[in-house]
Formats: sequence, structure tokens, C-alpha cells
Amino acid sequence: MTQPLLADYFPILVFLVIAGGIAAAMVGGSLLVARQKPNPEKLSAYECGFEPFDDTRRRFDVRFYLVAILFIIFDLEVAFLFPWAVSLGGIGWFGFLSMVAFLGVLTVGFVYEWRKGALDWE
Amino acid sequence: MDGFLASPIGILAITVAQTLALLVPVLIAVAYLTLAERKVLAAMQLRRGPNVVGPFGLLQPFADALKMLMKETIIPSGANRVLFILAPMLLFMLAMIAWAVIPVQDGWAIADINVGILYLFAVSSLGVYGIIIAGWASNSKYAFLGALRSAAQMVSYEVSIGFVIVTVLLCVGSLNLSDVVRAQERVWFFIPLFPMFIIFFISALAETNRAPFDLPEGESELVAGFFVEYSSMSFALFFLGEYANMILMSALTTILFLGGWYPPVHVVPFTWIPGFVWFALKIALLLFVFIWVRATFPRYRYDQLMRLGWKVFLPFSLVWLVLTAAVLKLTGWLPA
Amino acid sequence: MIAALAFYLFAAILIASAVMVVTARNPVHSVLFLILAFFNAAALFLIAGAEFLAMTLVIVYVGAVAVLFLFVVMMLDIDFARLREGFQRYAPVGAVIGGILFLELLLVVGSWSFADQAEDLRLAPITGDVTNAQALGRVIYTDYVYLFQTAGLILLVAMIGAIVLTHRQRPGTRRQNIAAQVNRSGSVLLEKVPSGAGIATLGIRRPPEPEAEKPKVTHEAGHGHGGHH
Repeated sequence: MTQPLLADYFPILVFLVIAGGIAAAMVGGSLLVARQKPNPEKLSAYECGFEPFDDTRRRFDVRFYLVAILFIIFDLEVAFLFPWAVSLGGIGWFGFLSMVAFLGVLTVGFVYEWRKGALDWE
Repeated sequence: MDGFLASPIGILAITVAQTLALLVPVLIAVAYLTLAERKVLAAMQLRRGPNVVGPFGLLQPFADALKMLMKETIIPSGANRVLFILAPMLLFMLAMIAWAVIPVQDGWAIADINVGILYLFAVSSLGVYGIIIAGWASNSKYAFLGALRSAAQMVSYEVSIGFVIVTVLLCVGSLNLSDVVRAQERVWFFIPLFPMFIIFFISALAETNRAPFDLPEGESELVAGFFVEYSSMSFALFFLGEYANMILMSALTTILFLGGWYPPVHVVPFTWIPGFVWFALKIALLLFVFIWVRATFPRYRYDQLMRLGWKVFLPFSLVWLVLTAAVLKLTGWLPA
Repeated sequence: MIAALAFYLFAAILIASAVMVVTARNPVHSVLFLILAFFNAAALFLIAGAEFLAMTLVIVYVGAVAVLFLFVVMMLDIDFARLREGFQRYAPVGAVIGGILFLELLLVVGSWSFADQAEDLRLAPITGDVTNAQALGRVIYTDYVYLFQTAGLILLVAMIGAIVLTHRQRPGTRRQNIAAQVNRSGSVLLEKVPSGAGIATLGIRRPPEPEAEKPKVTHEAGHGHGGHH
């Protein structure tokens, strides 16, 4: 390891390999040990005993996309907050007010979506 | 011997040993958590719970594991085979790799990285993939509906979790998990930040799809949600992943709010007990609350759940975050 | 040595998965390859010592943006035959736009001037004992305040735009007004029932059994209290 930083992350790689090994061993072991006897009825998708009426993958309520988009925006907000939280001691009142203004702008957006009813789920 | 330990192979051997020393207890804890849940639920419902396999049913988890192993793996005919097998493995692996940065005692974090809390946040935000992929790859309506619900739900509560974490970081001034615990040597953060502690715990319930937020797998309407098509060991992996996630969220709550490895008071009989025992005890207490909540509360309705996440927790945690920052700034208690 | 090897490994996987994103037949597979590409980019950031950026990349791009992509791709009915037929028609237009973009990129790269100490700055972004996040935090909110506030405004525009584009008020939906529900009075009966006596002592009767007809207790007694819960 030439860089100490990479050495810090090395155990995560080991964890990943070991956890993947355990998971693969469990699934593979079951495939080897258990008796596999498939038939078409057994393999059809579960739908309370009916044949599936139509394809599963179809257009969906746009509401789910809206939730995902709003999540991206708030996630970015949180990403901006992390460095602010750890350096607040060193950036004075200006840094504090700068973040308050940033959050204020986004609060305007939040109020707008609340009033528009984008947060309601009927 | 010293030469060997410093060589690349020596480092690899040590890391593998450390990893196993942490993962094996975690896996055993997961196995016994399933038993503990059934026992506690049984006690709360005036039943006796599993008591046939072994003394007090102590061998029940292993009997369950063997049974799962001997079952047939069913891959539905319309499913995407590779993704179908991969999804539960992904969930399980995510629940495991997060443990790499958890400090069980002072200096015992296997990967003591500078941005530990961000790493945990990142890993927990990936959990949604295992569920979406499982639901989509199954090509079944129940699975798909469950996956959709679950994705929207996890995403909604992750925002408040982010705000709560930032509030704690304000009091710490570092992203390192060991530093977070060290900052609580005198006062555990759940006392000054009590409302955030409650929000975090409830969000943790929602994030792990536990009752009363278990809509993605609501048995009464979606049969089992996103893993309806799964059987055998892949089903078991979902289960293990879910319970490992519960333990992980309890560990995170312990680190953020309950003072990690510190005893409640620094006086003699308490300080004799090693730190990792305190850590495990606090996790066990939180897990008991997880199960207790399941035994007590009915399932939420979906619109109520989204309302709680977006309209209650999000604004409240944001306001509390700004308040905390202002108070710390005014009093000059900010960490340098 | 190991760092250089790791760099080439991750860079190779990154490029390979980027190629797979555009060539994969199934759009869901494309998104999954995109996620793989993000992970490798995060690993490259780590090698360069930018651990905060690496984690942010995973949190924002993998944890949020790609989730939206996956949502969209999984739930849209994508008709492959129609897509291919469109490809024939739009190929020339696409080629022209691609060519223009490529030329622009060439111009940008051609006029790029490197700093004198660029060689020294490479792979050494951390100064001393300050962590990434703190180093960023010291400049973003003060020195780069205008850019920071602009980012906030862009997020605001994105939020409003998303709502304007996707939010539809559906007619005929009934919303729950929780405050009104909790505040209503008179519809819920709270009574102290002597134990063992049953609710019959309060004048509440169960609805009649279907087989045993009892016309005596039909409506007058139970109406005001039953029905609500």
C-alpha cells in the first residue's frame, strides 16, 4: 500500500469479497443439495391461482417519479450540509448565514410543493 | 513474525481474520434475533413460542436454516434469471459490508475511515436497489407493487435520516464514527437531541421496512410484497439481510445517540465491563424495542406514511437542525 | 504500484461499463451498467484521495439519481421495435449533433492551459491534517458563496419544474382531513361499561342474526351509536 488512505479502505474490499462468498455459497449450496423438480405451473408467477391477466411491467403513476425527483433535490441539500456541519466552527457567522439563505431558498420550494398538494398521497 | 505481519500477505491475513471475527458474531446474532423475535412476540401474546428444537427452542434457527437449504429454488418462468438471483445476494452483502466501519470499541473499527458516517449513509441508500431489482426481476404484480412502495418509502425517510445525521455532526465536528462516539464521553446525544433521537429511530423502522411501516411486504394485501416469488436460500437471504439491517440500524443509533462503547456512568463497577459488551447491550435494548413496536402497533396506511415522512419529519428535522446550529454558534460550544 | 494497478483496473471497468450503457439491449441493464460506472468513478476519486467526493458520488448519483432512472426505465413500456424504427430516421440528425459536440469538445481541450504547478498538484489534494470535508467546508460557504447560492436557486428551479411538469390534480379524490376527523364530536360514543354486563345494558343491540329473525330490535335502539368506530 503506497497510500495510507487506500489502506484504510482495503478492509471494505475484504468484507465485500467475504460477504459475496457467503451469499454465493448459500444460494449455490441450496441448488446443489436440494432436489430441483420444476414444472410450468410451479414456475408461473403467483397471482392467487389465476393465470396472469396482462404484463406486469407497465406504465405507473407519475407520483412515484415526483417522489424520486424531490428525493434527489433533498439528498443534494443534505450533501451540501455535511461539509458545513463539520466546518461550522471555522467559517464564522458569514458561513452560517450563507447556509441559512440556501436553506431558505429551498424552503420556498418546499412550501410551494406543499401548497400545490404534491406531498399529498391519495 | 513481525516481518510477516507487515508484508502484504500478512496484512491480508490479519484483515480476513478481523473480518471473520466481526461477521461471524453478527451472523449468529442475526440467527438468534429471529428466535428472539418469535419468543418476545409469543410472550407478548401469551404464547410460548418455539420450544421444541433444543432446550427452550435454542436450536430453532439452525433447524430453519437447514429446512431452507433443502427447499427447491424456484425461478419463475417470466423472471430475469440473473437479476432474480442477484437481488437477495446484493441486499445481504450490503447489510454485511456496512459493518466494516462500525467501531465496536475504542480503536476496534476495522476500517477506521475519515468519512465513516457518509459510508454508512451511502450503503443504506443502496438498499433500495436490492428491493427494486427483486420486484422487477420477479415479473409478478405483487412483487412489483411491493417494490414500488418500498422504494418510495425508503427514499422518503432517508431525507430525514440525513438531516438527523447532520444535526449530530454539528455537535461532533468530524465524519469519523469513532470521533462521533468520543464526543459523547460526558453526555450521550440522546439527551440534548431527544426529538432527533425519536425521529431517527422511527425513520430506522421505516428504512428497514419493519412494523408498523411494513407495507412493502404487507401480508394481507401483497401476500409478501417484493419477495413473493422467492423460495429456498434466496428467500433466506432476504430474511438475513432484513434482520442484519435491523442490527445495523440499532448499531448506528447506538453510535449516534447512545454513546457507543461508553458505560452509562464512569464509575467502577461499570467501567470494568469492556466497551464492546456495552455496545452489544445497547444494540440488544434497541432491538427489543423494534420487536416491541411490532407487537404493539397496527400497520400504517400508505398515505399516512408518506405524510409522516414528508410533512412532519422533514420540516421538523430541518428546523431543529438550524436551531441546533444557531444555539451552538451563539454559545460557542461548536467543536473547533 | 498497487495504487497504479488499481487505477488502471477501475478505469478499464469504468470505460467498459460506459460502453455497455449505450450498447446494452435492455434499458434496465443499461442503468445497472451506469451504476457500475458510477462505482468505479467513486473508486477513482478514492485513489486520488478525495474520499468525501467519492462518498457523495455514491450517495447522490447511485443512491438518488440512478433510482429515478431505474424507476423511469422499469415503468415505461418500452417498445423495442418502435425504438429501432425511429433509429433509422433520427440517425442523421443524431450524427450531426454528435459531430458538433465533438468539435466543441476539441476546441475546449485545444485552448486548455495548465497551471504551472499542475504536476505537483496531481494526486495531492489534501493539505496536511485537514480532512476532505473540512477543507471543502472552509471554502464553499464563504469564498464561493455566489456559486453556492446559485446551486440553491438551481435546486429551487428543479423542484418547481418537477411539480409543474408532473403534478396533476386528479378529480374525484377524497382527502383525509385529520384535524377535522379528530375534532368531530358526538359521533364517537365513549361509555364506561360495568364489567361482565355487556353492551346491552347501554341500549346497544347487535344487528339481528340472518337466520333467526327478530324484528323487535331493528333500528330504534342501535342506530345512533353503531356504525361509527
